[in-house]
Amino acid sequence: MRVTAPGTPLLSVRDLSVSFRTEAGLVRAVRSVSYDVAPGEVLGIVGESGSGKSVSSLAVMNLLPGHAEVTGSARLNGQELIGQSDDALSAVRGSRIAMVFQDPLSALTPVYTVGDQIAEAILVHETVSRGEAMRRAVDLLHTVGIPNAAQRATAFPHEFSGGMRQRVMIAMAIANRPSLIIADEPTTALDVTIQAQILDVLQTARRMTGAAIVLITHDLGVIAGIADRVSVMYAGTIVETGSVDDVFYRPRMPYTLGLLGSIPRADAGERQPLTPIEGTPPSLINLPTGCPFVPRCPMAQDICRREEPGLLPIAGREPADTQRAACHFKDDIEQRQLTSRDIFPAPLPSSDAVRSVPREQRQQMLVVQDLVKSYPQMKGAVLRRKVGEVRAVDGVSFDIREGETLGLVGESGCGKTTTIMEILNLGRPASGHIAVLGHDTARMSGAEKFGIRRDLQVVFQDPMASLDPRLPIGEILAEPLRAHGVAPERVSARVRELLTLVGLRAEHVNRYPAAFSGGQRQRIGIARALALEPKILVLDEPVSALDVSVRAGVINLLERLRDQLGLSYLFVAHDLAVVRHIGNRVAVMYLGRIIESGDVDEVFDRPAHPYTQALLSAIPLPDPHKERARVRIVLKGDLPSPANPPSGCRFRTRCQKFANELTEPQRQRCIDESPALLPRTGSPDHLDACHWATAVEVL
Amino acid sequence: MTDTLQPDGGPAPGLQSGTASGSGAQAPLEDAAASRLQLVWRRFLRQRLAIAGLVVVALLFGVAYLSPYLGRWQYDQLDFTAFLEPPSASHWFGTTQNGFDVFALTMRGLQKSLVIGLLGALMATALAATVGAFAGYFGGAVNTALVTLIDLLMVLPAFLIIAILSPSFRGHTWLIFVVLLAAFQWMVTARIVRGMTLSLREREFVHAARFMGVPGWRIIFRHILPNMASLLIIDATINVSSLILAEVGLSFFGFGVQPPDVSLGTLIGDYANAALTFPWEFYFPAAFLVILVLAINLVGDGLRDAFDPNAQGHH
Amino acid sequence: MAAFLLRRLVYLLCLVVVSTSVAYLLAATQLRPRARYEGRNPPPPVAVVDARLDELNMNDKVPVLTRYRRWGAGLLRGDLGRTIDNQPVNAEIGRRMWVSLRLVVVGAVVGTLLGVAAGAYGAVKQYQLADRVLTVSSFVILSIPAVVLGVLFKNAGIGLNNALGFKLLYTTGELTPGMDPWSAAGLVNRFAHLVLPSLVLIVIAVAFYGRYQRNAMLDVLGSDFLRTARAKGLRRSQALIKHGLRTALIPMATFFAYEFALLFVGATFTERLFGWHGMGEYFVESVTKNDINSVAGVTLFVGVLVLIAGFLSDLAYAALDPRVRV
Repeated sequence: MRVTAPGTPLLSVRDLSVSFRTEAGLVRAVRSVSYDVAPGEVLGIVGESGSGKSVSSLAVMNLLPGHAEVTGSARLNGQELIGQSDDALSAVRGSRIAMVFQDPLSALTPVYTVGDQIAEAILVHETVSRGEAMRRAVDLLHTVGIPNAAQRATAFPHEFSGGMRQRVMIAMAIANRPSLIIADEPTTALDVTIQAQILDVLQTARRMTGAAIVLITHDLGVIAGIADRVSVMYAGTIVETGSVDDVFYRPRMPYTLGLLGSIPRADAGERQPLTPIEGTPPSLINLPTGCPFVPRCPMAQDICRREEPGLLPIAGREPADTQRAACHFKDDIEQRQLTSRDIFPAPLPSSDAVRSVPREQRQQMLVVQDLVKSYPQMKGAVLRRKVGEVRAVDGVSFDIREGETLGLVGESGCGKTTTIMEILNLGRPASGHIAVLGHDTARMSGAEKFGIRRDLQVVFQDPMASLDPRLPIGEILAEPLRAHGVAPERVSARVRELLTLVGLRAEHVNRYPAAFSGGQRQRIGIARALALEPKILVLDEPVSALDVSVRAGVINLLERLRDQLGLSYLFVAHDLAVVRHIGNRVAVMYLGRIIESGDVDEVFDRPAHPYTQALLSAIPLPDPHKERARVRIVLKGDLPSPANPPSGCRFRTRCQKFANELTEPQRQRCIDESPALLPRTGSPDHLDACHWATAVEVL
Repeated sequence: MTDTLQPDGGPAPGLQSGTASGSGAQAPLEDAAASRLQLVWRRFLRQRLAIAGLVVVALLFGVAYLSPYLGRWQYDQLDFTAFLEPPSASHWFGTTQNGFDVFALTMRGLQKSLVIGLLGALMATALAATVGAFAGYFGGAVNTALVTLIDLLMVLPAFLIIAILSPSFRGHTWLIFVVLLAAFQWMVTARIVRGMTLSLREREFVHAARFMGVPGWRIIFRHILPNMASLLIIDATINVSSLILAEVGLSFFGFGVQPPDVSLGTLIGDYANAALTFPWEFYFPAAFLVILVLAINLVGDGLRDAFDPNAQGHH
Repeated sequence: MAAFLLRRLVYLLCLVVVSTSVAYLLAATQLRPRARYEGRNPPPPVAVVDARLDELNMNDKVPVLTRYRRWGAGLLRGDLGRTIDNQPVNAEIGRRMWVSLRLVVVGAVVGTLLGVAAGAYGAVKQYQLADRVLTVSSFVILSIPAVVLGVLFKNAGIGLNNALGFKLLYTTGELTPGMDPWSAAGLVNRFAHLVLPSLVLIVIAVAFYGRYQRNAMLDVLGSDFLRTARAKGLRRSQALIKHGLRTALIPMATFFAYEFALLFVGATFTERLFGWHGMGEYFVESVTKNDINSVAGVTLFVGVLVLIAGFLSDLAYAALDPRVRV
């Protein structure tokens, strides 16, 4: 593995700056960024939203909107790219530098077949016949692992799943054997098992073409496994760079330290409180002088406010060492070997008084039994018609007891959102039962439902969408109180109380949601859910839309509130690491069914169902040594359509065990018989739905 | 978690966070809603054409209603000494063959056109907002019924239906005519409102309100319609000019404003054939009409750009 | 697919039936054919008037639903009844519809093609002189009522003829009386009549379509797939034409139906101004003459026209957007 970048760099970026003139002022999105990419190496650029990581690479390609002002230099094999004409750059784009974008749904033109779109990439740069280009397009599709490539080449983008579209994007990127591929959050929109597939394809593409890769991501885990070197961006500039091992194991910039300390780990056995980085990244308009991290840095001194530190080597290292950090105290951190826990104050571990009572003796707060929800399946946009029925949820059962958190996990399309919507609607399910605090929702009158809404509240995923932008937050928080007839004179006191409870200032009641950052908005969402003093909170992916550095704060808040107010949580998430951190129990869903459930540590440490095993194995860990040593179970193919699920065990079409380990008669049983959710591993509380379950350690 | 490529899309970064202080709180910021309005207003002010449009509309309003005190002749007054006179010091815009003062007629017509446009647009937009939002929010049978109504009214040729009905409001107040115009002007907007409601309904803040137990009609008026205020304001503006044009079309054939009332439409209808021989009869009302509609459209366009600077690729 | 297009057609057909029925019922209750006879001097005896009106199925003493049933039964046989002057409505419409269609179809087809081209050109040349000229002129044209535009074109035509000293373009009628409509000279003569009134409609359609097309293209300007196209190595203008224009055509299909209705109303004005005896003129006369059957006949015609346009819209949509093909 290469630690330094030897010889002439392939891409050499120097003092690259990008700014946008906007209504609010000049946004300095990228500030004097310099880096090199050596031929064939993988450089990871990691940063949160607004850190400038995407803008800096789009600037290299000159793909920014016209009003962007770009200065500095970017040389590809010595050829300057910045400031060149569109014609000159068109010859470089797609042939020597290729890009893979984040959202494969919108990144392909909807009206042309994927074969045409790949062939077009070839035809732009080479004079070959259309037929030849098409033939090569099919080859490329085959290379990136699309089954029936010849036939699929004639299909339109909407006929592909997200993962398959991303494969098409990669095929397009390698069509002209570029020497550099810039992959901008290539897996962010994808599920974790699909992410594992795509990272695999990206590695294949790299081996085939020998291209260097610049991998832009916010996910430290993704970087750990694949990159040779890492650059960390913050507020438009690189704040730390070096080999993967140096940056992950010896970070010397407090931001990097904090970031690594704030990530919940799926492989963390004993639960340790996360170290949140308080505050939010600064606005890139009118950035104050000094280090941009000052407002959030516990180590900040006067010098940090006066001058911005340069990206410099660490004192006392070998001359060949490539690690650089932009911190006035980097040498201090190096000498004292400071960790994130030394720098950032971690909250006290919460007490779980309620949960010390044995589970069976605690009250059942929410019971879901054999829940079924089906949708009519419609086709066509102009001419809609019913063609069948989709059982989005097909016989789901679980219960939540007082004071505990059940993590409901699964990939998109597994039915977890449908499940919680059914619960929150308090309707009569098509089949099965839902009981909230012992009351069956099917037998509730309208008034009873209205009453029970006090006890069952919800926090949503997207803090931008969950607050009405037209109302001040005081009004937003007062809405549930007014709807339930709380006396007007009590309302304003309660609103202030709620704001304080979630760590916001009570005097902000008159501000509008737009005045708050994502993390703060999520706190407001939590405060609104708590307004009526509920007993059960449904949390629908409450941290997945937040930036990595602010997640920890919200997770800690949720933990504190649960234990302080004796709440029970139904925590829906696709991020298993978060569930391991906050959950007490976990239920894994696949195609509308729960396939494994039990105590969190039990399920994570000894997963019994092959799907759970694959899911856990697909999670990238922010730990380069572990990542490199892991053998990943990469699932085949996509989620089957819920409209037409496989017979017997629904997972068998993608099951690694079914494919590799089972004998023919055993397989027949998987095909014929749907496995029930039963305890099979010895622990009576650990249920799984696999005929051939064996507990395996994956993490 | 992407970098915002176009910082002016969505809430501007400057509004999101000032200099964040340590305790998860914020340095004082101005009221975000107020500053959004200010932002819209600033953008609007930057568009000189839109401002010009606004000024012209205001001037036309002023002139139309002050004209009885400005000119020497009233619209229903005959000058038996001047038939078909070209513009002069006494009759600024000339006279008709009966001796009516064209300036007074035009101003009277302008008044009527302005009132019809504004009143009708208000009614049409209010109706569109209500029907569209209820259809979208409640879905099911309510939706089916309202959508069918919308479809039906869209198939009904508005121009023909109002023409058929014109004998019945002959001799009655012109307000019936305005109501009819508005009744055929709201469907396209209602469809857009319905579409937006369908997506807003799935927005989390609406879910949140529903799961709190807030009744549907209240969610519509409190959360859904305010969130399309910009669309409704723009739509109302555009409706003003559409209605003025519709009035002209109908009155041209005698199906609109009925004598003795005068509108720009009736004037244009009466004197279209005189355009070559006695141009002042036709071109003065026609010019005022075009200027009025143009000015209103400029305001509407400016509002659209101010509310949504990305809609047409403006930076 | 065919089955569902058929279902769509049936739905549109139902709407036409309902709209025509509403129009008939409104006309039958609001228009007063009797007034035509009462106004005569001396007024004919009531019995004579009744008999006459009964013959035309326009007697307001007969319950409206009975008259509607009778009219509907006729319609099913393909008979639209008789005009107030006791002529068959079918014949009247059969003669006049081609006059109107000539205007509307020429306006719609030429207008749409030119409009799409102008809009696309404007979007590619955004903020350059050509774009600004196109944008401003379409904006101004859409602010001018069709009537005023018609008068302007007519007078411009007359001005042109006067300047040339001979009649290049005609401003009244479809054909100079006495000419053989199918001879070469007749066809040229017809064309010389057609130019000005069609031009009015074409200009409106170009302004209408061009504006939407330009905006639709600028909407896709910031889209991810255009960025992908450029990342592949397409130049900005190449990407915009190949990926932008094609995608931006999709929403245009929907406007097609609206455009037809808009142009029909526009044609009503041009017919009046240029002395064409088309459906628009027929309608205006029928309302004035309290001619219920003719009014209902024209409404049916317009309904069918919009139906066909709507169906073509659906077809175009399905052809343009692979996502809706089944």
